[in-house]
Amino acid sequence: MALVEIRDVYKSFQRDTQRIDVFTGLTLDIDAGSFTALMGPSGSGKSTLLNLIAGLDKPTRGTVRVGGEAVSEMSASQLAAWRARHIGFVFQSFNLLPVLTAYQNVELPLLLTRLSGKERNERVKIALDVVGLADRADHYPRQLSGGQEQRTAIARAIVADPTVMLLDEPTGQLDAKSSQEVLALLQRLNSEFTKTIIIVTHDAHAAERAKMVLHLEKGDLIEKPRATAAAMR
Amino acid sequence: MIPIVYNVRSVVRRPVSTALTALGVGLVVAVFIGMLALANGFRAALAKTGSNTNALVLRKGADSELSSGLGRDVASIIAADPHVATGADNRPLVSPEVYVLIPLAKAFDTTQIANVVVRGVSDQAWQVRSNVKITAGQRPTSGRPEVCVGSRLTKRFPHTGVGQTLHFAGRDWTVTCQFSAAGSAFESEIWGENEQFMPVFRGDVFQSITFRLKDPATFDDAQRALQADKRLTVDVHRESEFYAQQSQLLGNILSFLAIMITGIMAVGAVFGAINTMYAAIASRAPEIGVLLTLGFRPWTVLVSFLAESAFIAVIGGVLGGLFSLPLNGIVTSTTNWSSFSEIAFSFRVTPALLLVGLIFAVVMGVVGGFFPALRAARLQVVQALR
Ligand SMILES: Nc1ncnc2c1ncn2[C@@H]1O[C@H](COP(=O)(O)OP(=O)(O)O)[C@@H](O)[C@H]1O
Ligand SMILES: [Mg+2]
Repeated sequence: MALVEIRDVYKSFQRDTQRIDVFTGLTLDIDAGSFTALMGPSGSGKSTLLNLIAGLDKPTRGTVRVGGEAVSEMSASQLAAWRARHIGFVFQSFNLLPVLTAYQNVELPLLLTRLSGKERNERVKIALDVVGLADRADHYPRQLSGGQEQRTAIARAIVADPTVMLLDEPTGQLDAKSSQEVLALLQRLNSEFTKTIIIVTHDAHAAERAKMVLHLEKGDLIEKPRATAAAMR
Repeated sequence: MIPIVYNVRSVVRRPVSTALTALGVGLVVAVFIGMLALANGFRAALAKTGSNTNALVLRKGADSELSSGLGRDVASIIAADPHVATGADNRPLVSPEVYVLIPLAKAFDTTQIANVVVRGVSDQAWQVRSNVKITAGQRPTSGRPEVCVGSRLTKRFPHTGVGQTLHFAGRDWTVTCQFSAAGSAFESEIWGENEQFMPVFRGDVFQSITFRLKDPATFDDAQRALQADKRLTVDVHRESEFYAQQSQLLGNILSFLAIMITGIMAVGAVFGAINTMYAAIASRAPEIGVLLTLGFRPWTVLVSFLAESAFIAVIGGVLGGLFSLPLNGIVTSTTNWSSFSEIAFSFRVTPALLLVGLIFAVVMGVVGGFFPALRAARLQVVQALR
């Protein structure tokens, strides 16, 4: 059984009088421990797919299951608790809370657990250590570079040890060097800590590091072996 | 729970809008505390006037000293009553009193006339009213046209200094002393000998008779005995209750006005808070989206933003309390509607009032923050993050 099972999913948006059909019967499996790159032109539904997996949005029809649980059927309050436990989300624009330090940002997901202050402290330190920012714990986001901000966001996404990490264009606002650092970090999280990673990206370098590359084209899925993706550069 | 440090720091990050909103709340709280301090001071002044150990006798049905009248025979009967305490010289502690209002020009603006109480007392009055203390000069001598002036009058009316001469009731009166009375309404009165005042005012009649009870616990007995006495047609009040009752009407009106006026002002402050919070939430939609994505429940977002609004209001409440503090002790005066006399009293800003003001501020903050916080809690994550 795959970790993420998307079955015959339809998703449409209503904008004014116009209906936008993003997915019309999408079916997709993603295995535990995989590192999947999701590529495709802008507007092809990549973010929408991540949102559906994270339970941030509901399909118009069809089911989304993660770890056997029907995410698409959960109530808002069930979803909040489920997301806290199973999803680590990383955004293109980092989205750290500007008034909190790196440490406090990373600690946020742990405030939803029953961990004691001491246990939280240990976990936050480990997470910051993994992303190489142990010495930046007391820095505010504006005192960090873009790459450091994004690595803090990744620390926040892994600190509660989620089932799946979802990253929506995490290197979209980073320079080449920072991008490489972030991608190397993700690869390490996947290989060393066996994190399941789904990353939306336009970057062929990112796709190279992935074990599987999926292409979304107007809501349709075109699976390509990695070699092809590399050749497309 | 979303840590409160998130809200506190967010508030500090927009100092101008926070300060303006807090200031709005603070002004309302200051006015609120100020007006209640006024009502408070007024009540306290009258409450302190009456003593628990004294009884006040008025003509049956009279609701104030002004509308009362009692003959010399009544004074003798009461002086002989066994409930009345006796002084060191074995004479009963009774003060049959003349009570009249005289118009007196104020010191700052002599075209302004105030009604001032002139009280003619017996020799024993100075013992009966244990809160009355002479602060300067000597007590008026019996048989002479001399008066003693309450301490609150001396600054506000001319010719009230010791050795000066007051003119009223067609005669000159030498001021021989000044007295204090623990901030009570007596401090707004002029005292002289009852026998001196009788002929120049209303003739051979007293307005009230006050006596010291031998035992304060026997008030009910004394009241029953005197009111049942066939020779008398009187009402007997415990002095403390009589003055407390006098303060009730105006005290209540002042409190009511305080709540009315600050209620109207509070609407403005609440709208200020609403505006600030809507703006804050609009600009922080992505942050709210992140919190919801992390798994914080919508109601915790609601609580978080309510707390933020309440926090701003608390700053306002503290400011309001500070604004109101200088009022404490300021002397003002009003007409006591029960006796139509002018009495002076101080604003009383008490710790309890400050606390009430702070609670009022928090209420404004929570009310003003509610709908914005509700909007924050209802944000759709996907929309908030786009
Ligand atoms: N909340 C929404 N309301 C209306 N249209 C939306 C909404 N979210 C996405 N869309 C539309 O759905 C399509 C797919 O969007 P998205 O998943 O963001 O694409 P991608 O991330 O691949 O660029 C786009 O045409 C976009 O305009
Ligand atoms: Mg997108």
